[in-house]
Amino acid sequence: MEVELKDMIEDLESLKQSLSDPSLHSSIDKLRLRVENLTNMAKSVPVRRSKVKDMSAEVVDSNPYSRLMALQRMGIVKNYERIREFSVAIVGVGGVGSVAAEMLTRCGIGRLLLYDYDKVELANMNRLFFRPEQVGMTKTDAAVQTLSDINPDVVLESYTLNITTVQGFDTFMSSLRNKSFCPSKEGTGVDLVLSCVDNYEARMAVNQACNELNQTWMESGVSEDAVSGHIQLLIPGETACFACAPPLVVASGVDERTLKREGVCAASLPTTMGVVAGLLVQNTLKFLLNFGYVSPYLGYNSLKDYFPTMAMKPNPQCSNAACLERQEEYILAKPARDAAAKAKMEAEALSATECQLHADNEWNISIVDDSEQDRMDGTSADALPEGLTRELPSADEFQKSSVPGSTDTSVDDLEILRRQLDALNAD
Amino acid sequence: MEGWDPNTKSTLTQIPLLTTKAGPRDGAAWTQRLKEEYKALIAYTQMNKSNDNDWFRISACNPEGTRWTGKCWYVHNLLKYEFDLQFDIPVTYPSTAPEIELPQLDGKTQKMYRGGKICLTVHFKPLWAKNWFSLNHVMKHIAIVITYYALCPRFGIAHALCLGLAPWLAAEVPVLVDSGMIKHKDDVSSSSES
Ligand SMILES: [Zn+2]
Repeated sequence: MEVELKDMIEDLESLKQSLSDPSLHSSIDKLRLRVENLTNMAKSVPVRRSKVKDMSAEVVDSNPYSRLMALQRMGIVKNYERIREFSVAIVGVGGVGSVAAEMLTRCGIGRLLLYDYDKVELANMNRLFFRPEQVGMTKTDAAVQTLSDINPDVVLESYTLNITTVQGFDTFMSSLRNKSFCPSKEGTGVDLVLSCVDNYEARMAVNQACNELNQTWMESGVSEDAVSGHIQLLIPGETACFACAPPLVVASGVDERTLKREGVCAASLPTTMGVVAGLLVQNTLKFLLNFGYVSPYLGYNSLKDYFPTMAMKPNPQCSNAACLERQEEYILAKPARDAAAKAKMEAEALSATECQLHADNEWNISIVDDSEQDRMDGTSADALPEGLTRELPSADEFQKSSVPGSTDTSVDDLEILRRQLDALNAD
Repeated sequence: MEGWDPNTKSTLTQIPLLTTKAGPRDGAAWTQRLKEEYKALIAYTQMNKSNDNDWFRISACNPEGTRWTGKCWYVHNLLKYEFDLQFDIPVTYPSTAPEIELPQLDGKTQKMYRGGKICLTVHFKPLWAKNWFSLNHVMKHIAIVITYYALCPRFGIAHALCLGLAPWLAAEVPVLVDSGMIKHKDDVSSSSES
């Protein structure tokens, strides 16, 4: 194409020369300018960067990881490069999931597994990530297209399926179990599952899978009115699972009676979704790369800029059988945990006496020990911090007021029952 | 219970409750649950027939009983409007409810998800308004019937049809017909096939 455009410029030049009427020269010059513009555009066709074998800390413009590796030099992260060993599964590639996927891709995560059954629509364009020309593509395909362009080093796997169906769930489980990316890893084939779905059924399906696989995961959500959201860390057996208690939601702080809920279309804002995705991936990075404090629950109320936190212990009466199994295992492992914690504390005490840092505190900043341990152990399922409410009522009125279950029917053969219903259906 | 119309309420209390809390991943317990589902559906269908209020057909279309298809209909201005009906039993059933789908109505009403999944919020709102602790919920509209399930695994498919689909049809079909979004099949054949 470039050659053809060059020929065209030459043709225009000779045409200009052959013309005796100089009044036509300006329009030929205009034409020439347009061809030159086209030539420049043809030259700037996007180029894909090639894969990078090792993450380098070298500070040059061409190094995609220099700013990330600087975290190491500043002492925030001990070994940033480990990020390439991690696999993260993102369930739901919508307003939160797609942005979380982009953030992790730009951070150079080792492998991303993406799950969604939906297609990109124009109605999604008020959110980040997807582009209008991707309308009609599956969200997983469109995401892989963009993400592999941004960072070809990330191994991307996409699953276009609905995890709440029996078949989709089986594929979901086996994809999490697959350890071919990092065979030496303990447990499943992924380090963390991020739930970025927008409905209760899908959250319960993620919860079921993670409880069965003993897989740590993080849940995220944005309210229907688009002004609040939350993230939550769920460690099977150790923290409350999603079925242990009604989901926690951040109260908006406005009078609920004035909230308009007519119509059925949920609102969404790129801002709230971006903030929640950011909180989610920040917690993910801290969890994976072992720095800072990993929040067990962090709410976001955008109307009041309020960020409640809390932790929840598992419910010994949880309705999820796999959750109860994990709880039992966690209790059995307590002596080993205590021993490890004691050894860690002793090691830390030793290093603390060796170096009394930050003696001159110019800004008078004090590091407050907010006794995380108390918060972890002390929060009963009933006491909630200000600004948090339970999503569901806690009692079932219907069960009390209705007739007892019928076990009177004498027939107890599935095939006979099926035929009975068929017979009723036939007339 | 307040908030439902008296008819739905009295019908509901006559559908046998289920005793086995089990989903498709629970092996033999799911077979037991399936038997109870059939018993409830048989009782509900019989009740509808004897009350001259027969309004749906439903049967499992796979041996595992996780996919169901059938038909439902609603009479408006003496004309019968019939729709295909389908749903999957979710893996986490009965903690989560099946999402009932009417694929022919996909895109015809706002109160439906893509794929024709019906949206139940509007019809259950009165009941839940009192108990709903926060309106800022992260879930979508179908949440209300689902949350009911979460608390009451003794409800089965028959209850979902009675509580979910029946009031939905009663509220939405007249609107869809009056606004011209759906036409009676006789109208359709006479106008479009001529
Ligand atoms: Zn639990």
